[in-house]
Amino acid sequence: MVKQTVIELEDVWAGYESDRVLESVNFKMEAGDYVGLIGPNGGGKTTLIKVILGLLKPERGTVRVMGLSAEKGRHFIGYVPQIQQDDKAFPIRVWDVVSMGRLKPNLLQNLLLSEVDKAAIERSLRQMDILDLAKRPINELSGGQRQRVTIARALASDPKILLLDEPTSSVDSRSSSQLYDLLAELNQTISILLISHDLTAISTYVKTIGCVNRRLVYSGQKEITTEMLETAYDCPIDLVAHGLPHRVLPHHYEENNHD
Amino acid sequence: MGCLTESCLIITKKITMIEFFQNVFAYEFMRNALFASLLVGVACGVIGTLVVLNRIVFLGGGIAHAAYGGIGLAYYFGQDPLLGAIFFSILSSLGMGAVHLRTKARSDTLIGVMWSIGMAVGIIFVSLTPGFKADLMSYLFGSLLAVSAEDLRVMAIVALLVIVFVSLFFRSLQAISFDETFSTVRNLPVEALYLLMLLMIGLTVVVAMRVVGLILVIAMLTIPPAVANLFWKDMKGMMLLSVGLGWLFSFVGLAAAFALNLQAGPVIILVASVSYILAAAIKKLTAHAS
Repeated sequence: MVKQTVIELEDVWAGYESDRVLESVNFKMEAGDYVGLIGPNGGGKTTLIKVILGLLKPERGTVRVMGLSAEKGRHFIGYVPQIQQDDKAFPIRVWDVVSMGRLKPNLLQNLLLSEVDKAAIERSLRQMDILDLAKRPINELSGGQRQRVTIARALASDPKILLLDEPTSSVDSRSSSQLYDLLAELNQTISILLISHDLTAISTYVKTIGCVNRRLVYSGQKEITTEMLETAYDCPIDLVAHGLPHRVLPHHYEENNHD
Repeated sequence: MGCLTESCLIITKKITMIEFFQNVFAYEFMRNALFASLLVGVACGVIGTLVVLNRIVFLGGGIAHAAYGGIGLAYYFGQDPLLGAIFFSILSSLGMGAVHLRTKARSDTLIGVMWSIGMAVGIIFVSLTPGFKADLMSYLFGSLLAVSAEDLRVMAIVALLVIVFVSLFFRSLQAISFDETFSTVRNLPVEALYLLMLLMIGLTVVVAMRVVGLILVIAMLTIPPAVANLFWKDMKGMMLLSVGLGWLFSFVGLAAAFALNLQAGPVIILVASVSYILAAAIKKLTAHAS
């Protein structure tokens, strides 16, 4: 059976004015995939997200989301942005944040929440195990709870793809591993693309791993290849030194270690 | 002894308050001033909340000052200054909005430039216009006691427009204020909504100008929501509380101005500012206590 391609980038070059950030990026993600992309800070992770979401037009190349242009296909994406500390001051309750996942392009349809909308909000709150927090203002929540709210908001839109940007940046390690367990569960029905600079955290959970640093190295494998190390050497090298989970290492590397 | 003076003070205060309310109903200008405070309080509380939460206070100030260009031009050509102000504030809110959407990072410089151009045009045309210009001062510093029936009609229309706008688009406005990127990904017409919001800010600024003057419009827009933001945890509550606070500040300021024979606009703003400082202090103290 042929799997449906959910995200496809072909020879994408992108950047800002004179500053090119991404070069010749090719990437293909299929339904059911759970891809982790790692890369150093300033390596183009954020730009890649913007290109996929149609927020930044590439200079060259094509982007397809669910077979559509990024602008048309992005509503299939449940976007989970990095938590910003400064929106802590914004007076809003958990329920209202999650209800944003139900927003429709036609403004007049956003007047009231329908029963379907309410059911979807409740379901995603329950999925993230934060139904009891629904009435709480977000500035009273912990980092881990706020991250769950952001994921619940994405889930409320019934996404085909979850796109997460540094999901554990403001989360302690215990909540972070709980979060990854939840994502693994969600992956049974939703494709997940996770972008992070933290390889150690994601490598144990994702199905396949890639590396982005101006160029993207991704071949749909579970392992970090030497090519990845070469393309993005400033990121994984120190992680290798700290010791990676066993299964992530390429085979020849392992053999060398054993010899 | 201290007790005695205190009760004396309360008695005198009571008398002035009674006097104040008697006058409110006796004189048309006092009735108009009260109605104006009520209507402008609604527009400022609701729109001010959006201004504060979107962090576009500077943009609001820009719209207010650029509107002065319209006032000057209208005076020079013998038209109604209010119309000139409305026209220019619509023009400047859309212009500044476009600049803000296109050049996020450096928009404050460009807004500052438009702010000054409007003001300069206004001052030049006012000085070119011969004759007595007392009314022009009222646009700079407000003239709550000189609000006409015509002004009240405009204020009522603006208050109504603001209420309809925010009730219709509340969820979408909340979303673009909280997370513009996420709203864009949901394919909300973020830019159109943003420009519409600025248009409403422009209209609100024009009517608030009659009450406190364009120089103090910013205070009228931001202080009630700033106080409300200290105590309220959602946008709807913040809007409602801001409207209530706007009314309170206006009434207390109006009464104090009447009793002390001072200009109403600045007194209202002082009442609001002092309340904000007190509220922030109380908030800080209670936060430390708990």
